[in-house]
Amino acid sequence: MSDIHRAIDAVWRIESARLIAGLARIVGDVGTAEDLAQDALVAALEQWPESGVPRNPGAWLMATAKHRAIDGLRRGKMLERKHEQLGHELQARQEQAVPDLDAALDDHVGDDLLRLIFTACHPVLSTEARVALTLRLLGGLTTQEIARAFLVPEATIAQRIVRAKRTLAEARVPFEVPRGADLDARLSSVLGVIYLIFNEGYSATAGDDWMRPALCEDALRLGRILAELAPAEPEVHGLVALMEIQASRSGARTGPSGEPILLLDQDRARWDQLLIRRGLAALERAEALGGSRGPYALQAAIAACHARARTPGETDWPRIAALYDALAQLAPSPVVELNRAVAVGMAFGPAAGLELVDALSTEPSLKAYHLLPSVRGDLLAKLGRIDEARAEFVRAAELTRNARERTLLLERAAAAQVLTKPVRFDS
Amino acid sequence: MRFMSLYKPGKETTAPPTEQEIATMAKLIDEMTRAGVLISTGGLQHSGKGVKVRKAGEKVTVTDGPFAETKELIAGFAILEAKSKAHAIELARRFLDVVGEGECEIRPMHMAADCAAA
Repeated sequence: MSDIHRAIDAVWRIESARLIAGLARIVGDVGTAEDLAQDALVAALEQWPESGVPRNPGAWLMATAKHRAIDGLRRGKMLERKHEQLGHELQARQEQAVPDLDAALDDHVGDDLLRLIFTACHPVLSTEARVALTLRLLGGLTTQEIARAFLVPEATIAQRIVRAKRTLAEARVPFEVPRGADLDARLSSVLGVIYLIFNEGYSATAGDDWMRPALCEDALRLGRILAELAPAEPEVHGLVALMEIQASRSGARTGPSGEPILLLDQDRARWDQLLIRRGLAALERAEALGGSRGPYALQAAIAACHARARTPGETDWPRIAALYDALAQLAPSPVVELNRAVAVGMAFGPAAGLELVDALSTEPSLKAYHLLPSVRGDLLAKLGRIDEARAEFVRAAELTRNARERTLLLERAAAAQVLTKPVRFDS
Repeated sequence: MRFMSLYKPGKETTAPPTEQEIATMAKLIDEMTRAGVLISTGGLQHSGKGVKVRKAGEKVTVTDGPFAETKELIAGFAILEAKSKAHAIELARRFLDVVGEGECEIRPMHMAADCAAA
């Protein structure tokens, strides 16, 4: 790629979401807006190598896209309804006699972006369609990049996006920010999509295409953008806090050969203090807004307990146990319950933890979940019940699909075996 | 990808920034923060207020500012999380547009913070 094409690519990443959002408000349809934005990009690719990148590339792209829109209307390719809307919009602008059109646009930018996020994450779409559309429209990713990140063929993503745009048009989803009772449910869909993107990146392993871990950064950027667009929503800050703190550990999560390193075994000097500080600040914002009991804020508060502890021994386990308790009441789930058991085990001793874990042994959704026997094995080992512990680690190793994790678990089983010798020798 | 951009204005002045300059810079910082790309930033005071601490062998010397090599003087920094080097270049271009002139040295930072498995 030449320098100018790289520059155009960079401009596109910065401007595309605002461009599409502004156009969508004018034409009332996200699909049409994206087509127009793409047309403007093609024009830039044709003209900028000759003319250079204009001083205000965003304004150039917007002006070009609007001209295309008007051309399209003249050719009668768009619905009459939209024609009227656009004419009305342009007329209203002229009547306002705003000397600086860009300034007028700027005033709308935040609202438009927020509308675009809510539309891309609309419940009429499947979750995977929401994810693809959000990355494409808000994240500025190409179809090819999304495909690489999610390890699926490019055609699949392309089709998914085309269908999503059609679904939005057919369902006549209005380009707006939901209000009142609707807002909470719709916001939780948006947060869910962003966190899903983050986790997809977070679960990437050493051999993966770099586009996968880059999803963490894309999700963080989206979260940070949303936090400024909807600053009064505590859960947005809760989610940002959670992602910043989780991302702070990414450099410490794997060893030299890519093997996973458990949180308590991580080298805390490798935790990114800049991200931790940002995460703690975001958590404070959530709490100041009265949102300390939201599901994301609670998870962030748990992550913050670990982030604040300079050594594993300094971890405030009673507080973590209490936070998991609150989370379990808010969003009951066996996985949360298992985490609560771990925290209780650390705070109040392995016997108390084991009691909670044993209560989960008949939970059908955890039947094939390797962390259940893994946690149980850990607690048993601490109680000196070594043979039982070893059996649990072996069972966990059989259940995990991750080869590196399996190695780790088998090592723990072997270590438990070694430990049994001195115990028996003593007795 | 995380980058540090070091701003070198190429000359040094003791005059504090004007209200207008402060306002324009605040707007740019706000925009880049809103875009989720600006992670941390700060401006540096005149080099006359700084010192250099050097160690050569076992000998430590402390030299008071101002520093002579005006062209290399750093006046501010920004930590950016950008999608690519080209993205960081475009952000630096916008910054230079606001400050008028000078140079940004853009350096990728080590990856420990990135989600990429080390």
